[in-house]
Amino acid sequence: MTPEDFPLWVSVPAALLLVLGGLLALIGGIGLLRLPDFFRRMHAPSLSNTLGCGAILFASLLTFSYQEGRLSPHVVLVTLFVALTAPVSAMLLIKAGLYRQRRAGRAPEAEAEAAAEEGAPTSSPQESL
Amino acid sequence: MNQILPWAANFAALCTLLAMACAALRMMRGPSAQDRVVALDAFYVNGMLLVLVMGLRFGSSLYFEIALLMALFGFVGTIAMAKFLLRGEVIEP
Repeated sequence: MTPEDFPLWVSVPAALLLVLGGLLALIGGIGLLRLPDFFRRMHAPSLSNTLGCGAILFASLLTFSYQEGRLSPHVVLVTLFVALTAPVSAMLLIKAGLYRQRRAGRAPEAEAEAAAEEGAPTSSPQESL
Repeated sequence: MNQILPWAANFAALCTLLAMACAALRMMRGPSAQDRVVALDAFYVNGMLLVLVMGLRFGSSLYFEIALLMALFGFVGTIAMAKFLLRGEVIEP
């Protein structure tokens, strides 16, 4: 069964969820490319990790459950796995980034000021807090 | 019957592909090693989303197993590289 054969009550919510998930993934990618320093760049991919991934997986759960005539549970496995593993890898990466920046001999504020001097549109961390 | 779902699937595939391109650009450009690891993390998550969208588009449930394996091995790779950046070795004695 190809996606052209689904009725409207399946295809319209699935299409909306797909568009939402794609847009969130794109926003996460652009944020990863454009944000000025490492700790701000960590925020952007978590958007596509959590909400974008959830939207696309919910759309595929909807279509495959309609296609097979029952609730297909193996789609939920991917969601569960990504939701479990994304915070763990993010925390380990933050720890690694802090350790390496401290070892390189400069505080995180120094790099933020250096990024601000390069002309990136940013404010200092004290103001943004 | 209706063309809305294939159009949305193509749009989502294009968006995830552009996000993968952004992550690859950050991986090439990234000033430090941890930036490259974060970019690799985002890269495999977006590739997994692309595989899921293609599974929805072509109506085959084989793509879910591929996505599950991609999530598993990408997570293991990210953890190994973060551990290497943190401690200097992956498996400690």
